[in-house]
Amino acid sequence: MSDVTKLIHEYLRHNKKFPHVFCAGCGHGIVLGSLVRSVHALQLQKDNVVIVAGIGCSGRMAAYVDFNTVHTAHGRALTFATGIKMANPELNVICVMGDGDALSIGGNHLIHAARRNIGVTALVLNNQIYGMTGGQCSPATPQGDMSMTSPFGSLEQPFDTVELAKAAGANFVARSTSFHANQLDKLMQQAIVHPGFSVLEALSPCPTQYGRKNKFRNVVDMYNWLKKNTVKVEKQKEGDTRIPTGVFQNLDRPGLEERYVELRQSLQAEE
Amino acid sequence: MAHRRRRKRKEIFAQGNEAVAQGALLAGCTFYAGYPITPSTEIMEIMAQRLPRTEDGVFLQMEDEIASMGAAIGASLTGRKAMTATSGPGFSLKQELIGYACMVEAPMVIVNVMRGGPSTGLPTSPAQGDVQMARWGTHGDHPIIVLSASTVPECLEMTVVAFNMAEKYRTPVILLIDEVTAHTREKISIPFEDELEVLSRMQPAVPPEWFKPYAEAARGVPAMAAIGQGYRCHVTGLTHDQMGYPTSRPDEVNEFMTRLFRKIDNYYHDVLIVDEYQLEDAEYAVVAYGCVARSAHHAVDQARARGHKVGLLTLKTLFPFARPAVEKLCMQCEHILVPEMNMGQISREVKRVNNGRTRIRTLNRVDGQIITPSEILKAIL
Repeated sequence: MSDVTKLIHEYLRHNKKFPHVFCAGCGHGIVLGSLVRSVHALQLQKDNVVIVAGIGCSGRMAAYVDFNTVHTAHGRALTFATGIKMANPELNVICVMGDGDALSIGGNHLIHAARRNIGVTALVLNNQIYGMTGGQCSPATPQGDMSMTSPFGSLEQPFDTVELAKAAGANFVARSTSFHANQLDKLMQQAIVHPGFSVLEALSPCPTQYGRKNKFRNVVDMYNWLKKNTVKVEKQKEGDTRIPTGVFQNLDRPGLEERYVELRQSLQAEE
Repeated sequence: MAHRRRRKRKEIFAQGNEAVAQGALLAGCTFYAGYPITPSTEIMEIMAQRLPRTEDGVFLQMEDEIASMGAAIGASLTGRKAMTATSGPGFSLKQELIGYACMVEAPMVIVNVMRGGPSTGLPTSPAQGDVQMARWGTHGDHPIIVLSASTVPECLEMTVVAFNMAEKYRTPVILLIDEVTAHTREKISIPFEDELEVLSRMQPAVPPEWFKPYAEAARGVPAMAAIGQGYRCHVTGLTHDQMGYPTSRPDEVNEFMTRLFRKIDNYYHDVLIVDEYQLEDAEYAVVAYGCVARSAHHAVDQARARGHKVGLLTLKTLFPFARPAVEKLCMQCEHILVPEMNMGQISREVKRVNNGRTRIRTLNRVDGQIITPSEILKAIL
């Protein structure tokens, strides 16, 4: 049995009615594969892994994997994840969100999760569009790009997930893409084991909704775009406008749940 | 015979909000997530003091009301008894995830200390304007339990009941109190732990490979596995099948939705709590709840002293609506008065049950003032 087949048998749900919802060429499956490989490489107990997902294409990911999975409401995944982690700090809580989830409707939850440094790994699958609802402009859609709700090109400036998370005080901030699967695996593992709040942005192409409206002729073009337009942050020179990938913030502050347990113990010692 | 030491309950002079917090701790609440809002904030402040001092208590101040609901549901999924408290505008924000809690059948308690509305309204004045919102606030057809309390001791008692019902029926339970009840100070005696009935959700009795998280169960309430217990279930706000996976098959959707309603509808004898006062021979009845029930109680006494046969039905369960108790009054009494601090949110339920049998009168007040006993007395006589 090949390694991939073993992983499929071990980590995907047998009782779930496949096929999955992802379109041909979608980058989300690659991120899902990376997630499974990372959990396997880190030898995490399946019973202790919790996937908390939002709403949208990325949100459907939760149903396929054989962990504890919670498919929440649009934008609210981090709030559930915060409750779960605080209630049981032993769990490895991974929050899967799209760009609409994390940056738009759940933007407030993202910055506050970063501020309070809750020990959750936030995975932001950024496809720069609302895919499931049919290709509307998102807060990550680049200025000038087409979508169903920006038919003349988006006038608004997009959010930079990495800069936002850094500024809000996330412990660990990284970015990779669906094209750079090996780098994604490494960063995913780091993000999962890092204490406190970790944010990993994965740029993930949406050929069906974003590609068609923005002059990408086929799926391969979209992956080539990611290859050409990204650069490792260490190698990025002054004036290089390509999107940097890699680790952007690596702090070592204890997570809120650890500090809370300490507080509780000190209060009980007083009594 | 062994000498039994007489126990004396601890008595405190407390306001309704304190009684709610006390009741929650007695009922086994170990998780609170909230956002400050008048007039419910004292509940949050007490939980912030008390929960970190308990063995595994967690208190969280979240960034907004929606996040508080999310955190509480998340905690509930890990097996905790969770609570959040809010008032008017915050209750509007909580509606989104109240629907989620109904859908995934997550037990939890939401306290809403009603203040004048709509919008920012009268933040420090009492009202009862959120009654129908508590029933129908979240989108989609859903069952829910809404309780109320009219005195400080009742705040404690009904909070324990709210937790028990949430656990027993795997549903969010809303406790509606009003600013007056929340801020009135009264003597309450704290019951001993062994004096209280405290219920917890049913645990799975089968190994993970046989477990169906949303199986059709005898009572309509499936067992609930906690995250991390080894059952690795899928929880989703999409309509789901017995395994918890999304489905849109009409037969599975229908089975799920009917079970969701059946689990509460079949247990009215347990869920519907009312207090009957002087109703045996009453020719005139008052139907009230919350602080108005207190005024009505006084008014009934005064009317009785003057020789009028008046009685009071206090609704402690607002929804599901106490149809049997109200129906009995509709057949027995010549008049029914429904005083409330809104434009008629419960009186419309009484009229619906009455179905033209007797005369229903309303007494409404929406100026941020409570309805006094003399106003009720005047309406009766």
